[in-house]
Amino acid sequence: MKANYGYTDGSGDYYITIETEGCLKCTEHDCVDACPQDVFAIIEDDYDDLVAAVVEEHRRSLAYVCSECKPASDPPPLPCVEACPQNAISHSW
Amino acid sequence: MTENKQEFWRWSEYNWRDENKDWREGNIVTAGIDVGSVSSQAVICVDGELYAFNNVRTGSNSPDSARRALEGALKDTGMTRDDINFVVGTGYGRVNVPFADKAVTEIACHARGANFMAGNEVRTILDMGGQDCKAIHCDEKGKVTNFKMNDKCAAGTGRGMEVLADLLEVPVTEIGEMSFQVDEEPPPVSSTCVVFAKSESMALLKDGWPKSKVLAAYCAAMAQRVASLLESVGMQEKFFITGGIAKNRGVVERIEKILGVKAIQTKFDSQIAGALGAALFAKTLYEKRQAKGVA
Repeated sequence: MKANYGYTDGSGDYYITIETEGCLKCTEHDCVDACPQDVFAIIEDDYDDLVAAVVEEHRRSLAYVCSECKPASDPPPLPCVEACPQNAISHSW
Repeated sequence: MTENKQEFWRWSEYNWRDENKDWREGNIVTAGIDVGSVSSQAVICVDGELYAFNNVRTGSNSPDSARRALEGALKDTGMTRDDINFVVGTGYGRVNVPFADKAVTEIACHARGANFMAGNEVRTILDMGGQDCKAIHCDEKGKVTNFKMNDKCAAGTGRGMEVLADLLEVPVTEIGEMSFQVDEEPPPVSSTCVVFAKSESMALLKDGWPKSKVLAAYCAAMAQRVASLLESVGMQEKFFITGGIAKNRGVVERIEKILGVKAIQTKFDSQIAGALGAALFAKTLYEKRQAKGVA
């Protein structure tokens, strides 16, 4: 499943996409620890699979929560994207 | 002295049951309770077939709304809560359904409900809820393969339409029809935010626009908004719309025009898709438990 967590507001689209098929092949779940803002958690989804998800409390504030990892100039690779061995995480902005 | 003001946003609560069916002849009775931000539905299924449902407005207390929804569905059936084998709660208040055996997200439930209502060829579902909007892709079994929602803003939602109904003093159920009573289609209101769109609509009324033209402009803006959400996940036929706004021709036909796709029409009430999906999930979960010897 392609799970898009986030929102659109007047300033743009702020979605984190998680390809949960990747989570099914992953045993490490390094994305959870890699994020300095605790954006990710491993949950049991509606189909009883253990997958990564963006936690509820951050889903409407991603533009602010993720800003620490997205400096305006020379942004480094995102820790969550780097940590995922399945390349299952992407950001829309 | 209190003013007896008519509430144009208010829609009637209602229930339904299949009078040709005797639930006692069935084996598995399940219920789905969808506690949404604006409305709550309870659906009762017997052996995976729709038996009864009830649709009420959500109050300030989610558990009470869930109870009230189920009581209405049980009305005149001779069934009590104890006769129900498994209950699944869904919707934004899903964790506050006190008698639910499990909570399942409304995304999964709408996909499952749409698969039942519109058939297994459905691939794209648009759920236009009370305070959010979701674009969902599913497979032939009704399992979600992709989803995107916007619940940060009430634009493109039922609540936004209710705000406009009150402003224009047009019953919310008549907005769709009235929005077509225009000589030519006006440009959409430019604001996507409900609050700004309301201000813009007031300005248009002041400029002498008839209500029907303002409604056409608002429905068009709403259609544009949700069409862009759908386009961002990609349109896959066949297409089905769930949620209360699916009953609003003014929005639905404008979405179809933008996307160039006709939405599937069914005999079912679009507003119960989430609760129906929850009741179907309940059957699967009950059978799994039975197989494990837990139920």
